[in-house]
Amino acid sequence: MSPETKPDFLISPEGLRIDGRRTDELRPIELKVGVLKQADGSASIRQGKTYIIAAVYGPRELHPRHLTLNDRAYLRVEYRMATFSVPDRKRPAPSRREKEISMVVANALKPALFLEEFPKAVVDVFVQVIQADGGTRCAAINAASLALADAGIPMRCLIPAVAVGKADGKLLVDLGDEEDKYGQGDVPMAILPTTDEITLLQQDGMFKKEELLEAMQMGINSCKYLHELQKEALRRAYVKKASENGDEDDDDEDDDFDDDMETDLGEADLMEDE
Amino acid sequence: MAVYFQKREVVVPGQLLAEGRYRASFGTYDEGGKIFSSLVGLAELRGNTVKVVALEGAYIPKEGDLVIGTITLVAGNNWKVDIGGPYGASLHANNALRRPYSDDISEYMDMGDVIAAEVIAFDRGSGPFLGMKGRGLRVLQGGMVLDVSPAKIPRIIGRRGSMINMIKDHLNIQTMVGQNGRIWIRAPNTAVLRLAIKAFKTIEEQAHTSKLTDRISEMLAEEMSKIGSGVEDETDSEEDSIADTVSASETEDEKASEEVEPKPEKESKTESEATTDTEDESVDVVAEVENNEEEEVDEKQKEEVKEK
Repeated sequence: MSPETKPDFLISPEGLRIDGRRTDELRPIELKVGVLKQADGSASIRQGKTYIIAAVYGPRELHPRHLTLNDRAYLRVEYRMATFSVPDRKRPAPSRREKEISMVVANALKPALFLEEFPKAVVDVFVQVIQADGGTRCAAINAASLALADAGIPMRCLIPAVAVGKADGKLLVDLGDEEDKYGQGDVPMAILPTTDEITLLQQDGMFKKEELLEAMQMGINSCKYLHELQKEALRRAYVKKASENGDEDDDDEDDDFDDDMETDLGEADLMEDE
Repeated sequence: MAVYFQKREVVVPGQLLAEGRYRASFGTYDEGGKIFSSLVGLAELRGNTVKVVALEGAYIPKEGDLVIGTITLVAGNNWKVDIGGPYGASLHANNALRRPYSDDISEYMDMGDVIAAEVIAFDRGSGPFLGMKGRGLRVLQGGMVLDVSPAKIPRIIGRRGSMINMIKDHLNIQTMVGQNGRIWIRAPNTAVLRLAIKAFKTIEEQAHTSKLTDRISEMLAEEMSKIGSGVEDETDSEEDSIADTVSASETEDEKASEEVEPKPEKESKTESEATTDTEDESVDVVAEVENNEEEEVDEKQKEEVKEK
């Protein structure tokens, strides 16, 4: 293993963190939607050095059959870390930790999805960690929720997630790897931003009651901010697609034109009403 | 009472669309009188109904849909048909053949055959059931099947079939568009086939831009003139043959291929009668069926508007 030493301090005397962030500052985040051609929906997230790709397939036929749920679709999440995602080679076999995170991510996403619209089917979510630098489960939720929206799975809202931790006695938002390893605690959380319901809340380490409550409040605030980033990323992906080819004649007057996009796109639904 | 979106605005899941006495429709959900989007798509208000037109999504069958599927299994009196999307469909022999039919229904249609059929029943409890009793519903011989995103199909058909008819006029091809995102194309030669694929792919890519019919029409006219001048002989002869003998030779071919398979004599008679009925005008019938559908929809739409 590459020699890694505990840093002398996690919070500098000026009150800044190892990477120069303030305690309530997130790492730079870059979200992209539609990064994979093959998948029905996909998204990637860079959060500091963490880099994750999420792909969604479905709803599609569920195999093996015995997992079928008769009243809703089955949500299958597979979180995997690449062997090269950490300095020490990660053994490729699925570890206990990966299985846990898969389940946790599925449970965090499930309340937002209208899975009952696709009984007996499956929605597959694949999360691949390319580079891990702390906060992967939260980043995975952020990316997976964007990928699900990109796949056209109906959902209540996008799900932002963030980890709040404690180091040198101070509460920090969006832990980096070192803060995670050498800090005193870690509270990853995910919320439904429209209703402020919490869909993921875990805790590592010791927190006083007041600390935990404050941490959760900080987490909710950061999630709200992340949610804005997610919406923007999603809109950007689609607005770009929409205008890419339409520029040349967008300003044309087409109100009385027979080939009205709005009417065209509406037909499928009108049939449905019958 | 308030609406929070622009016409045709790209909305994201969880976005508040309207408040007050509005009705939530496709792509939206209602929570405590507020209507939110549940999809990425284009928001629209019609009367007091809010809906979101999806830009992506798997094919979910609806009763009455025309679909193009591949037979994957012959099971007793049923064919299992892959129509794309999460649900495999089944087609019962009673809904496809005239009685009496032979015990071994693989004589009529076998694994790998591509069919055009209609969804006659689908609900949450039981998978989609297909029927082939409608006009123009048949085994599709020759040609190829192109996959596009089911969400883009309304655009490919166009209003009252404007887009698809325009393409047919330009290219002189036989084609059938299934609601499940599959398009069957049979073209007189490869150049035209390629062009048809290009046209459909372009529509798929640019589905949410306006004036698409015009642009596609221009593109096709231009490309066709190129093809015409380049390989004139080939196209001319092929086109002639299609134009002149579409009701004779083409349908003969189909009949022949269907009836080559061994059948008891009685049935082959009934079958052949049945096929002559429908197949004489096979190409046009399909177009007609589609057009009718579109028109019906349009009328419904008008009625709906009037009601409001």
